[in-house]
Amino acid sequence: MSAPSPAKNWLLSAPALALYAAFLLTPLIMTFVLSFHQFDFYKGIDDTYSLTNYMLVLSDSYYYEIFGRTFAIALVTTAICVVIGVPLSYFLSRMRPGPRSVMILVVLGPLLISVVVRTLGWAILLGRRGVINAALMDIGLITRPIKMMYTSGGIVLALVHVMVPFMVLAVWASLQRQDPATETAAESLGAHPFTIFRRIVVPQAMPGVLSGSLIVFSLSASAFATPAILGGRRVKVIPTVVHDEFMNTLNWPLGAAIAMLLMVSILVIMISWNRMVETRFGKAHA
Amino acid sequence: MRRNGPFANAFIIAFALFMIAPIAVVVGVAFTPTGHLEFPPSGISLRWFRAILDNPDFIEAAVNSLQIGVLSATLATILAVPAALAITRGHFPGREAMLAFLMSPLMVPTVVLGIAFLRFLTMVGLTGSFMGLVLCHVIIVLPYGLRLVLASLTGLDRSVEKAAIALGASNWTVFRRIVFPSIVPGIVGGWVLAFITSFDEVTVTVFIVNPSTTTLPVRLFNHIAQTTDPLVASVSAIAVLFTVGVMLVVDRLYGLDRLLLEEGKNDS
Repeated sequence: MSAPSPAKNWLLSAPALALYAAFLLTPLIMTFVLSFHQFDFYKGIDDTYSLTNYMLVLSDSYYYEIFGRTFAIALVTTAICVVIGVPLSYFLSRMRPGPRSVMILVVLGPLLISVVVRTLGWAILLGRRGVINAALMDIGLITRPIKMMYTSGGIVLALVHVMVPFMVLAVWASLQRQDPATETAAESLGAHPFTIFRRIVVPQAMPGVLSGSLIVFSLSASAFATPAILGGRRVKVIPTVVHDEFMNTLNWPLGAAIAMLLMVSILVIMISWNRMVETRFGKAHA
Repeated sequence: MRRNGPFANAFIIAFALFMIAPIAVVVGVAFTPTGHLEFPPSGISLRWFRAILDNPDFIEAAVNSLQIGVLSATLATILAVPAALAITRGHFPGREAMLAFLMSPLMVPTVVLGIAFLRFLTMVGLTGSFMGLVLCHVIIVLPYGLRLVLASLTGLDRSVEKAAIALGASNWTVFRRIVFPSIVPGIVGGWVLAFITSFDEVTVTVFIVNPSTTTLPVRLFNHIAQTTDPLVASVSAIAVLFTVGVMLVVDRLYGLDRLLLEEGKNDS
């Protein structure tokens, strides 16, 4: 095929672009506008414009706690994904092709199974009379069940399970670009395997760790089903609060304002993270 | 290169157990003969699989999910192929922006997409409608389909096309006889990924369904939010089985490793 003319390019993409304009751009703008409206229990949503919803969220310590918890959960999840993901990707790269294919299936296959099903599994494992508590009591390590359901810790554990594949993929991609000769050289010079890992593998994995962290952090901060099931009514995060405002309280404008603040916070964190990475690692990876 | 030592192997095995445990537990619990979630089950019974038949709303939700998945994946693929041709073949101003725009649904937090779709569908009077649901799912799954089609188009050897053009073939003939057949694996892979993404989607969908258009993950989610009985486990077990079946088919058609490595790239 010869290269299409500029007009033809737009024509080829026109159906997709039209659908996006109608079903993505318009709804997002409508939601942004909605966040400035007011909700009244009797009169519903009015058409006035004010910053009341934003002022309410920004002046209430309840929302500070929710935002704090959401980003703390996302941060800890990201940190654990790095700690597991980097060595795992390294070990994967040193496996024989056969077992490695099996392991790739084990790491990435769960991505194709619904988050609801995976979270149900964690609910069964973490419950008061769940699998983990029962096993620990059987071997006599604990006498009373540990509380894991409806805690931030339980949410982090399940989120790590959901997010770690994204970290492994990102790190794996940068490790594949590394020259195995550097490792061989270090080894022949008598370096300890841990030294090789720390001084050679980790620095080369850094670009993957940084991009993987961005993905894991933003997906964790906006995760809904996992915190909703494992956190219940007690441990709320921003997405579950937005869901409540829309489906239970019916205060859509307030819900929209909270969602906009979530989107902006994630964006700001991602951009400043990128800035920081560029100033620190920019020269090395330019 | 050196192979892994005992520490590395132990790490790999522990990690594999961590990844498999929650899924294995759900499937195991589904076979319990008792009325509560117990693992390991005290016996083996198909009681809770039979119970699905007494809950037609789960079957209805599964049928909805299949229909929405097939329709949205097909529509997304039909829209993605010409767009991918323009992006890979054309050199025009705005090409990068067009690609970024078409991939942008991946960058918006899903909960924001959910409320945006709800607000929009309410304003245009399509709340809870089947068609509205399908079109919203097209937006969610199109980036996945587009990425796989793009990948197969970039890897294409252009010399055959040039030969065909030199011999007087029209653009349409070149597309139909040469380009299309060589990107079929990418299209099929993209379709499957789009279908699975739609089939599993819960965060956006939970906002925009009504009781008659509800999907399987949303039905499961609502059920779990109220009570956890072995029924959700048996329904989940069948969903897992279905996914494994799809994976086996994909492995024959496209290569599972390839598909998974594309799926995980959530950042482009």
